[in-house]
Amino acid sequence: MSLKIVNPGLSTSIQDLGRPGYFHLGIPIGGAMDRFALRAANMLVGNPEGAAGLEAVFMGPVIQFDKTALVAVTGADLPVKVDGEPRAGWTAFIVKAGQTLSFDFLKSGARAYIAISGGIDTPEALGSRSTYPIGALGGINGRNIQAGDVLPIGEGDMIEEGQSVPVEMRRLPGTPAELRVLPGLYWHRLTEAAQNGFFEDDWAVALEADRMGYRFKGGRPLEFVEREQPFGAGADPSNIVDGCYSYGSIQVPGGLEPIVLHRDAVSGGGYFTLGAIISADMDLIGQLQPHTPVKFRKVEMAEATTARKARKKMLSDIRAHLG
Amino acid sequence: MKTRYTYGGDEHIYVEMDDEMSLDAFFKSLSMSNAVREADINGVTEICPANASFQVRFDPDVIAPEEMMRRVQELEHKAEDAEKQMATRIIEIPVYYQDPWTHETLMRFRERHQDPSGTDLDYAARINGFDSVEAFIEAHHSQPWFVSMVGFVAGLPFLYQLVERDKQLQVPKYLRPRTDTPKLTVGYGGCFSCIYSVRGAGGYQMFGVTPMPIFDPEQKVKYLQDFMVFFKPGDIVKFKPIDREEYDRIVAAVEVGTYAPRIAEVDFDLEAFNADMVGTNRKLMEALNVA
Repeated sequence: MSLKIVNPGLSTSIQDLGRPGYFHLGIPIGGAMDRFALRAANMLVGNPEGAAGLEAVFMGPVIQFDKTALVAVTGADLPVKVDGEPRAGWTAFIVKAGQTLSFDFLKSGARAYIAISGGIDTPEALGSRSTYPIGALGGINGRNIQAGDVLPIGEGDMIEEGQSVPVEMRRLPGTPAELRVLPGLYWHRLTEAAQNGFFEDDWAVALEADRMGYRFKGGRPLEFVEREQPFGAGADPSNIVDGCYSYGSIQVPGGLEPIVLHRDAVSGGGYFTLGAIISADMDLIGQLQPHTPVKFRKVEMAEATTARKARKKMLSDIRAHLG
Repeated sequence: MKTRYTYGGDEHIYVEMDDEMSLDAFFKSLSMSNAVREADINGVTEICPANASFQVRFDPDVIAPEEMMRRVQELEHKAEDAEKQMATRIIEIPVYYQDPWTHETLMRFRERHQDPSGTDLDYAARINGFDSVEAFIEAHHSQPWFVSMVGFVAGLPFLYQLVERDKQLQVPKYLRPRTDTPKLTVGYGGCFSCIYSVRGAGGYQMFGVTPMPIFDPEQKVKYLQDFMVFFKPGDIVKFKPIDREEYDRIVAAVEVGTYAPRIAEVDFDLEAFNADMVGTNRKLMEALNVA
């Protein structure tokens, strides 16, 4: 079977759980920004959790089905309709051959995940179907979906309609969104006042927020410990000799606006990083709209590890719930 | 040179050999990242060597961060004991300096540059104390370079020139990054040259373009059919200046699949290099002529 894209939405891409193993060549892991939501959507339609689905940002696509399939939409609250009739989010529903899937305006969150029984079956690039436009890898010829595209869908077992992830088992950021940070990397470059100020200040998501990175604004400029810049680092105190970037690492060019690198991160560069968002909170960033208030909270490794376990438990609870 | 170990969140160990760039730091980083790869530690998912540092990504569900840190630290002595030599390859990269495409682009983004009155090469030559752009270009291509890191975006090499520190060329990046850089631009920022593997944003000064693709996701380019990325850390590069005619000829040859990069196998010994840089470089470059 296949899906016909009538309208692609704003920026809709094919994503799975990404392509680890090529970051040393500048090719990032990619994959769903909110992996929790993609996994849940796939579970609802009976797919392997890493099957490729659609990641729709702020606006949903319009899709025509040529065969009957089971569909689930998770993540952002982007009201879903089949031939104009509303369907519930985080719930599996049937779309019949000839019917059209569409969406209303976004209510909350930023990215909705659309899973179709059988999964999207475009060719893999370096072991993944995830779209990475900068390297022209995955997706449809290395790009996001466009009107007129026909997406092949794999063979899937149709499980029953109506399975649902209850509200209390979903995970979306609060207001302000709290993002936990493990200080490290080039943390020592900041003065103690700047180290404290970063966590005291109120931040908000800036307009430049995409799969590569999320920028934040509103806090005080960060001051650096004075030093003679090392050879090869560049003149600005926020510069370092170009090194690797961690996923989730927070760079602050010129000490002004923090940028958190996400799934399509550049693999390295010449800006200092003050630490990284803990792995358990990376999914939450994918659901932040511009202007959302954000607080960064300082944690130690023990809390990062505990949070990661808690997040894994949430997924196993959903698996158990759906049987 | 004192090694610094730190965490990048709960999934990365970051190891900085030195906060300044040097061939010693690069060699130590490369040999230690190789030692981590050879140790084959369960839970390691990515090992990324950089100019004077490297990063290990791991799955904390498989190995605890503290345990991962301990295992990496244990390997430092191996890097210290490792002989500072490697079997590698030297590659000749043709460069059309002062080409029309980077010229058009640098004029388009002039207001983001330190010196809007001239070109990137005019500026780079002047602040490095050269009498002419031609003399600066000569310094850029006459001595070879190490690929000290591959990254930023798909397959982009960072290159560090094999010359004494006082002969290193240094230029700042653009005041504000450009939103466009032609594909295969040869750029410069800090003490590093680079080759932009794909078209896109960039902050490095632009000196020229190479007609030789270095990243091909479709793997249609003949010499990229085995793998889509050309460079790896440790490669040695010799730039060769070419004119428009030669540029067009190579572009056409790449298109029909008859272009083969000039490559020679070489051994590099850091101590021998430090003892006689000019002589070592001459031997490296001669290997290209024999091949």
